[in-house]
Amino acid sequence: MDLELLVGIFPQVLLDGILLGFMYALIALGYTMVYGVLEFINFAHSEIFIFGAFVGVEILLGLKAAGVLESLPWIVVLILLLLAGMAASGLLAVSVERIAYRPLRHAPRLIPLISAIGVSFFLQDAIRLFESIWRNAFNLVYPTIDILNKRYELTATIDIPLKSVVVIAAALLMLWALWTLVNRTRIGTAIRAVAEDQAAASLMGINVNGIISLTFLIGGAMGGAAGVLFGIQYSLVNPYTGFIPGLKAFTAAVLGGIGNIPGAMVGGLVLGLLEAFAASYLSLLTGGAFGAEYKDIFAFSVLILILIFRPKGLLGEVVRERA
Amino acid sequence: MTHIVASIALLAVGGAAVWIFPRSILAFLTFQGALMAIYVARIPGRLRLALLGLGLLVMMPYIGSFNGYYLEVATQVGIFAALALGLNIVVGLAGLLDLGYVAFFAVGAYSWAIVGSPHGNVIFGGGFPLPAWMFYVFLLVGLLAAAGTGVLLGLPVLRLRGDYLAIVTLGFGEVIRVLANNLDKPINITNGPKGLTPISRPPLPGFIEYNQGFYFLVLLIAIVVIIVNRRLEDSHIGRAWEAMREDELAAQAMGVPLVRSKLLAFACGASFAGVMGVVFSAKQIFINPESFTFLESIGVLAMVILGGMGSIPGAVVGATVVTVLNLQVLKGLSLYLNELKNAGTTILGYNLANLPTQLEPAKYERMVFGIILVVMMIVRPQGLFPARRRQRELARAGEGGPPAAPSA
Repeated sequence: MDLELLVGIFPQVLLDGILLGFMYALIALGYTMVYGVLEFINFAHSEIFIFGAFVGVEILLGLKAAGVLESLPWIVVLILLLLAGMAASGLLAVSVERIAYRPLRHAPRLIPLISAIGVSFFLQDAIRLFESIWRNAFNLVYPTIDILNKRYELTATIDIPLKSVVVIAAALLMLWALWTLVNRTRIGTAIRAVAEDQAAASLMGINVNGIISLTFLIGGAMGGAAGVLFGIQYSLVNPYTGFIPGLKAFTAAVLGGIGNIPGAMVGGLVLGLLEAFAASYLSLLTGGAFGAEYKDIFAFSVLILILIFRPKGLLGEVVRERA
Repeated sequence: MTHIVASIALLAVGGAAVWIFPRSILAFLTFQGALMAIYVARIPGRLRLALLGLGLLVMMPYIGSFNGYYLEVATQVGIFAALALGLNIVVGLAGLLDLGYVAFFAVGAYSWAIVGSPHGNVIFGGGFPLPAWMFYVFLLVGLLAAAGTGVLLGLPVLRLRGDYLAIVTLGFGEVIRVLANNLDKPINITNGPKGLTPISRPPLPGFIEYNQGFYFLVLLIAIVVIIVNRRLEDSHIGRAWEAMREDELAAQAMGVPLVRSKLLAFACGASFAGVMGVVFSAKQIFINPESFTFLESIGVLAMVILGGMGSIPGAVVGATVVTVLNLQVLKGLSLYLNELKNAGTTILGYNLANLPTQLEPAKYERMVFGIILVVMMIVRPQGLFPARRRQRELARAGEGGPPAAPSA
């Protein structure tokens, strides 16, 4: 075993893990907010997330085709992408709730979950159908914005591209904004009231359906932003890419304590770090017998273990117990 | 009376249609529709048995003798019907949503594939593939292996809430697939993504064509599975499962041992998948992890949901409809579109030759599953052919009676 190599790659792996962790945290917010309010796993959130990535790539390709991509300042492009991705995914999430979940709100618990799985599968192929007709291809590559790939040297051996800094900054900003919204505003109070008790909230003059739609809008928007950032960071998107990150983000949400916003961040970071270290070190430590392919198994084992031994997650669940 | 006449007429029309138009998908669909209609029609039991026997034992193999693909479809339907019935026990009767069901199918398939192909030599030294008759022994081995895996998965996770259980089983399904994909090192057990081949096929009586014989084998197993299911449903363990599905606490108070019942449900459901896995690997001769994806699990779930959770005829009909949709309707549509494209047909001024090449209806099975799941949940959650007990319960909930307890 090459100790020097093990130590040498450590900072880079740490950085990758943090990056991945913030990505998971952003996606996890969508699961956690909806679960907090409705106690329902929005299985289609992974597609709402990847929808944001597709909106982003379409805008970038459009700008490129129009020949203005190079002339616009990168920060304007970035903000435009994020806003568009957030709006599109947020609206998609709200429509999905309206069509596929709202009629089932009082049904037994598994019924809306099955419906959500259906929506997830439907959306995957719907995106594929659209892109097949529109571009005759459904594996799309994000056009590069040169400046975002510029690397900053932190030390002699570690460097970080600007896009990763952007991803981390954007994720932190959004997590902070969301936390403030939920805990410091009247809307946030209403969301928490609906999560606590729908009937009582409704008696207090809160529009319960409106608040639930709003929850989906916010969760979806976070997912959309995550989608755009995912595209910028990892370049390649296809309609089925969202599924595994979505599942892992759900794991992150459970890990941190579902319904808990700081929990989503902690869970995301822990999972991202675990995964990055598993991916880089498993094959080194086992002499190549088990490689990075096992990182998915690693993530699912974490989920199973946490559910068995600490089902309320690291920071505790913020979901009232249903009688 | 109308049912009797209609059943006989339908079978006659379906049979005649296939006879006259042996290449027409619509004709074969009519024939299949006739069989399904007979299966669920209100006719005397003996007549049903006679008509189904005529259709499945005589007409179907005969059709197969001049159109092998139809026999292939029928065999697939049999395999998926057994899978749907197995999942029906777990999801429909016991109310445990299992999203990784295909994992048990994989366990069965690999248990025969490894020893039934020369690959066994790599692991155990010499002597493989095992003689082909061992297939019949491995039906039992596959059953036990899958049931054991079911218990193994069940033990740690059965305490979980319903929706968490669903996600964990999903994760478990993925784990099995990733293992199958990567266990070509350090010891080569599954041969990774390259898969295993050639897998021995069982010896069958020689007086009919091999594929017809295989069809009968699958049919026989499917019938056994149906009978076992019916017996289970009315047995005290079946009632315990349903009680558990409706209200765990009440069931427990009535003396239903929760953990044991749940484990039994997992093991029973898994065992059917294990048996069919063995059959599937022999049928395909080649298997690799691609056959055992999440998509397959959801496909089987869609079959159960479409027919009606907890309903045996429902699971059979659901399996037939979904399999036929995938194997025939979507594929047929693809072929048809391609023909139109090559002929340069124009529809409403749009030349179909300009259709993008990526647009292939056969690739859109996810969309089909998705639509089935969402529409059924919203419009008819009890399924097309609801189980009688389930039907009563849903009707009561709709009338504003006591709200249905969370089924998890």
